[in-house]
Amino acid sequence: MNQSPSPPCRERVRLEGHIIDALILPKVLDLILSDGGRYEILDIEIGRSRHDPSWAEIEVRADNPTTLESILHKLGPHGATSVEAEDADCQVADIEGTFPEGFASTTNLPTQVRVDGSWILVDDQEMDCGIVIGADHKSARCVPMHRVALGDLVVVGRKGVRVLPQSPRKSDAGTFQFMTSEVSSEKPKGVTVRDIAEEFRQTRERGEKILLVGGPAIVHTGAGEHICRLIRGGFVQVLFAGNALATHDIEQALMGTSLGVDLERGYPMHEGHEHHLRAINTIRRAGGIRPAVKQGVIRSGIMYECVQHGVEYLLAGSIRDDGPLPDVMTNCVEAVDRMRAMRVGVGFCLMIATTLHSIATGNILPASIPIACVDINPATVTKLADRGTAQSVGIVTDVEPFLRALIFELLGAETP
Amino acid sequence: MTGRQARLLMCPPDHYGIEYEINPWMSRACESHHGKATIQWLQLRQIFEQLGATIELVDPVPGLPDMVFTANAGLVFHDRIVSSRFRHVERQGESAHFESWFTAHGFNVASLATPAPFEGAGDALFCGDILFAGYLHRSDIRAHTKLAHIVGCQVLGLELVDPRFYHLDTCFCPLAPGVALYFPEAFDDYGRRVLQAHIRTLIEVAEEDAVRFGCNAVVIGSDVVFNAGCDHLAEQLSVLGFRAHQADLSEFLKAGGAAKCLTLRLDGEEAAIWKSLAA
Repeated sequence: MNQSPSPPCRERVRLEGHIIDALILPKVLDLILSDGGRYEILDIEIGRSRHDPSWAEIEVRADNPTTLESILHKLGPHGATSVEAEDADCQVADIEGTFPEGFASTTNLPTQVRVDGSWILVDDQEMDCGIVIGADHKSARCVPMHRVALGDLVVVGRKGVRVLPQSPRKSDAGTFQFMTSEVSSEKPKGVTVRDIAEEFRQTRERGEKILLVGGPAIVHTGAGEHICRLIRGGFVQVLFAGNALATHDIEQALMGTSLGVDLERGYPMHEGHEHHLRAINTIRRAGGIRPAVKQGVIRSGIMYECVQHGVEYLLAGSIRDDGPLPDVMTNCVEAVDRMRAMRVGVGFCLMIATTLHSIATGNILPASIPIACVDINPATVTKLADRGTAQSVGIVTDVEPFLRALIFELLGAETP
Repeated sequence: MTGRQARLLMCPPDHYGIEYEINPWMSRACESHHGKATIQWLQLRQIFEQLGATIELVDPVPGLPDMVFTANAGLVFHDRIVSSRFRHVERQGESAHFESWFTAHGFNVASLATPAPFEGAGDALFCGDILFAGYLHRSDIRAHTKLAHIVGCQVLGLELVDPRFYHLDTCFCPLAPGVALYFPEAFDDYGRRVLQAHIRTLIEVAEEDAVRFGCNAVVIGSDVVFNAGCDHLAEQLSVLGFRAHQADLSEFLKAGGAAKCLTLRLDGEEAAIWKSLAA
């Protein structure tokens, strides 16, 4: 734990206007209490006549900075302005790869920072980063800790930083209204699948990319061909996965099994447990997935379709990986950086059957990109939202029937 | 007041279309039909003229499809217009054109001394001697505080909690001083209590009429003009002694607008007490 003293968890805000008759003052005070804060009205002047405005200066208090910050973000839209509404404080990064102490930590919501009296919208919005101000003082961007360069001007404290509510665009109601629903395995899937299919179509019509984040259960459950159809149908432009998805997909392409289980007949093959290792070895001998496709070693499957249809893919490694495949980026910090570069232009994200890659992706996507997370395990789906990716909708189901229904909605019964 | 004095600012839908998505109603996949939109707009204009209103026109501008929704140009107060500052960049280009029109037509154009967004009569409606002002999705409550300095009356902020009803004029419609329509679910409990405490006759609009933008109505004397298909609302108005006129505005609903959004009352809304005092 950091031993430095915590910043004081109190902030003075001012409310003004017809805050008594409009019940804005009681609303703000209720909000403070309901979010676990406390308040003291430091000063108040009630308008002498009905037409006169009133004002109140309130000290908001909380047990920790996170709660205070959360309360202040919620009060902002109701007109509670920090009394010290000044430019953000900045400090020059003095050690590469670290922020100055007390750096402003970001959320995935649109954020503005006040520099030289102007509010600047922060670019590359991402949670759990810091904010670096451009040398010209006209721009600001989210920067992950390890990318801080010596001399970067980093925002410290919360002064001059404001988090905006996600603007209500199309996806907040109507077609993606089901986003507001809670995770449940008890809900009818048909409507949800139709809504996701509609989101796929609209994303494509807007010329934005669809990002698929997938785990090996896609292959284990025999749903690999559904993904292939999505790719052939032009419904996947970017794929994030790990060694396992690609390995078992290639194992299936080469030997018809996934983790040694015959996907046609559903039972383990003799010495099938070695199949995935042999598959990895074959690809390593070929020099990677792309060379293997080029040489005709792989002739089907998800990775084959990715290569054939120009889907950008990133395979990020983990400590338990066999092999791994030569395409796997084993340095996870570099892998996430690569994912950041690949998120540009993404308009919708479908996460299927992977906790690790789903959370990693949720961490780097701004709140404006809607996410559908499909998993047989409700914990995966809730974990994503619990870690701040609140724009995700969860569907608790086996992935194969989900994908089959999605394909039917998007492509009908015919195979493209 | 009678309808004869009513002056409405409208903008022909020459360049109207769904070119971006800034509210839950808009979908570029659901394009509006230009011919139908034009006919609907002309029919709406005809209804206003039959009710004795004078229609003034601002020239439409290519690339500004939402200019047709003149209600958002500003807030009229006597001979002053408080000019809007649009939240979305897609609409920000409209302000200069509206301001030129207002200046050329004898209005004093006032700007709010704040960078906070404010979307005109879309979010600020007089009822009696109070200006009710919606905030959250489009207008910022800080702008309302500045607005109070200009209009010199009580400005009561109402949080809009349902993104479908993103402007106040989509869920609240003053009919006369002390009389108004509203869709309760578009407000939080505080907002409902504020409305109930300050408006003597508050008529609840049913959800099926609210989603057809029944509250987005134009009031001219005792005549109320709104989108077609709001039959229950028409009955409610008739009980109160108002005459309902329904106009098919389905092409404009695709952009999240209807009768009220398509007009700006230049001589002041019927429900504004300052208007009758001035007369």
